Amino acid sequence: MSGHDCEACPVASELAPMGMQVGGVDRVIALAGNPNTGKSTLFNALTGLRQHTGNWPGKTVTRAEGGFAYDKVRYKIVDLPGTYSLLSASQDEEVARDFILFGQPHAVIVVTDASALERNLNLVLQVLEITDRVVVAVNLMDEARRKGLDVDTRSLARDLGVPVIPIVARTGEGLHALLTAVDGVSSGAVQTAPLRVTGTPEFEHAVRELMTHIEAAAPGVPNSRWLAIRLLDGDARVEEALRTGELTRLVSRQQQQDVRFSKQIALQGAQ
Amino acid sequence: MIDRAIPPTPDEVLARARELRRQLSGSFREEAVKSLYAEAERVAQRAVSQDGDTRALDFDQRVDHLVTSPWLGLPIMLALLSVVFWLTIAGANVPSAMLAQGLFWIEDQASGLFDAAGVPWWVTGFLWHGVYRGLAWVVSVMLPPMAIFFPLFTMFEDLGYLPRVAFNLDFLFRRAGAHGKQALTMAMGFGCNAAGVIATRIIDSPRERLVAILTNNFVPCNGRFPTLIMLGTIFVGASFAPGFASIAAAAAVVGVVVLGIGFTLLMSWLLSRTILRGEASTFTLELPPYRRPNIGRIFYTSLIDRTLFVLWRAMWTAAPAGAVIWLLANIHWGDHTLAAISAGWLDPLGRAIGLDGVILLAYVIAIPANEIVVPTLVMAYLGAGMMTEMSGLGDLRRLLVEQQGWTMLTAVNLMLFSLLHNPCATTILTMYKETLSAKWATVGALLPLGTAFLVCFLTATLARAFGLGV
Repeated sequence: MSGHDCEACPVASELAPMGMQVGGVDRVIALAGNPNTGKSTLFNALTGLRQHTGNWPGKTVTRAEGGFAYDKVRYKIVDLPGTYSLLSASQDEEVARDFILFGQPHAVIVVTDASALERNLNLVLQVLEITDRVVVAVNLMDEARRKGLDVDTRSLARDLGVPVIPIVARTGEGLHALLTAVDGVSSGAVQTAPLRVTGTPEFEHAVRELMTHIEAAAPGVPNSRWLAIRLLDGDARVEEALRTGELTRLVSRQQQQDVRFSKQIALQGAQ
Repeated sequence: MIDRAIPPTPDEVLARARELRRQLSGSFREEAVKSLYAEAERVAQRAVSQDGDTRALDFDQRVDHLVTSPWLGLPIMLALLSVVFWLTIAGANVPSAMLAQGLFWIEDQASGLFDAAGVPWWVTGFLWHGVYRGLAWVVSVMLPPMAIFFPLFTMFEDLGYLPRVAFNLDFLFRRAGAHGKQALTMAMGFGCNAAGVIATRIIDSPRERLVAILTNNFVPCNGRFPTLIMLGTIFVGASFAPGFASIAAAAAVVGVVVLGIGFTLLMSWLLSRTILRGEASTFTLELPPYRRPNIGRIFYTSLIDRTLFVLWRAMWTAAPAGAVIWLLANIHWGDHTLAAISAGWLDPLGRAIGLDGVILLAYVIAIPANEIVVPTLVMAYLGAGMMTEMSGLGDLRRLLVEQQGWTMLTAVNLMLFSLLHNPCATTILTMYKETLSAKWATVGALLPLGTAFLVCFLTATLARAFGLGV
């Protein structure tokens, strides 16, 4: 794994775009981010597909899926609609949120715009509430430089508690480092310590109480804290998932996948 | 409190959540969002520093100041639109004629060979004068304008101009009681109405989304542009001196587009005042930085994804339509062909709105795809076997004006009808899928169709009252 810190060396040596082939993949990666931050451009750069990109917010309203292999691991990557938040109820936001929560990707790459970082971080923090398997890609570094902005990704990584990688998706700059980080986070080799926004003591008390109830009602559910916060907010989609048992089913399905996954690894080891 | 000994049911958890929500002071959502924003601000301030020059930023702002200014924004938009159409029309003329010449020469040679080989006349007729001729028309009429229009449109999209258009049109949509983002979904409709209907997912409010879905068809999609461009070229353009012909034709197409935007706003306004009553919601629209368009990607996207995709679809639907037309024109029922009978039956209705029965018949056959209206029309006119030599737009004008008695009214009303009539089958199906309601899909199909009949009837009646056209 040496040489991955080299930003200038070509990514092509280990990256193999697989286009639409997404069968028999090892890991699933989601691409989230604000509108118009270059998610589809990054998606195209990784998969070799030519998903339509356009310089306006709202270009992608449905999920696009593609595949690529990096360092002998096969990934399925899902390009989600760009959203400013995961809180409101428009359909594109729901598509994005449902996938991050219920699709259980092995890692989420949140693509951010280096020149509008503050606004983009709102979404990053919301994704961090749902999952800790996050890599933040600070895209459009060239545009930020053009505007005279300097982004300190180390400071960001320290504050957010997850890997933060500067990239220029259009030229492929930084993709190496990004994929190395994705490999580490999605395999579990890299442990993250995501920043979680805490509220007032009264609020935290309510959240904690509800968490215990949720964990009792749906044992093993991922991220009961986030679910508790959503239930306190009266989120209809989460209420429905709890009522219909979707949450519980999801947990058992995930456990089956884990079993299959470790079997695969055992088989590969035997060969 | 819930008893901890037995696991609570989901409903118990939900009830407890409601209780806790009531106990919390202040607005929960507001508090959560506030602390989130404060945290984001804190983290960003630590990581981002401004250094060096900001000239690039200033330049972007100066350009934005100009293209989104209250006075110049809309005129600049219209001027850009006119230039795009002028380039499309002026550039497409010659390749279009060359393609037609080449493709119809092949038809002549091939049918000659078939005749010489003793193949029955109806096989030759069906294959070459029916199916092949349909395909040849689609390719020669549609390919050149699309190959010019799409790269130009994609270039503006890549550059970042579309959000500025939405910004300029926002106040009009707001006054119509619609969502400002509808300007973006409308812009998508210029490419394909079905795509425009799907794009309405970016609109949060269900009411405004429905308004956007139902009115998307009022802007012409790329399947209808070739019809509009052809009519503009051979009727409007040809009435002017050669030097001005393509400018006049472009102006006519721009006029139709502006009219389409006008109808979108009018219908949105009507819907917001009647069956979809409500206020326009506010939203924030981001103006992205201008980016240098990626030439390679523009050509790929516009030529492979759009031009060839549309052409492929058109050819797939044109081939069966050509076959249907040939059959209708060659199967006799008593003394007349089926084509003549059905066109005759539609004729009174067609005449009343300034068109004729054959045109309406062509529209019925072309419901699967708007792209093939003109080829279908020409095949229907030719079905009677009056004219076999077709090699370019000049011949087309002679066929329509001299043999079929088209007037300026016919051409204008056909442009209006093309703009306003019902969406293609794909769009209707997409409306159904997006709304999951047969009722709204039906409204989405009948609203434009009714508007088309009404508007064409009014223009025909007015024109006749003033003694213009027949």
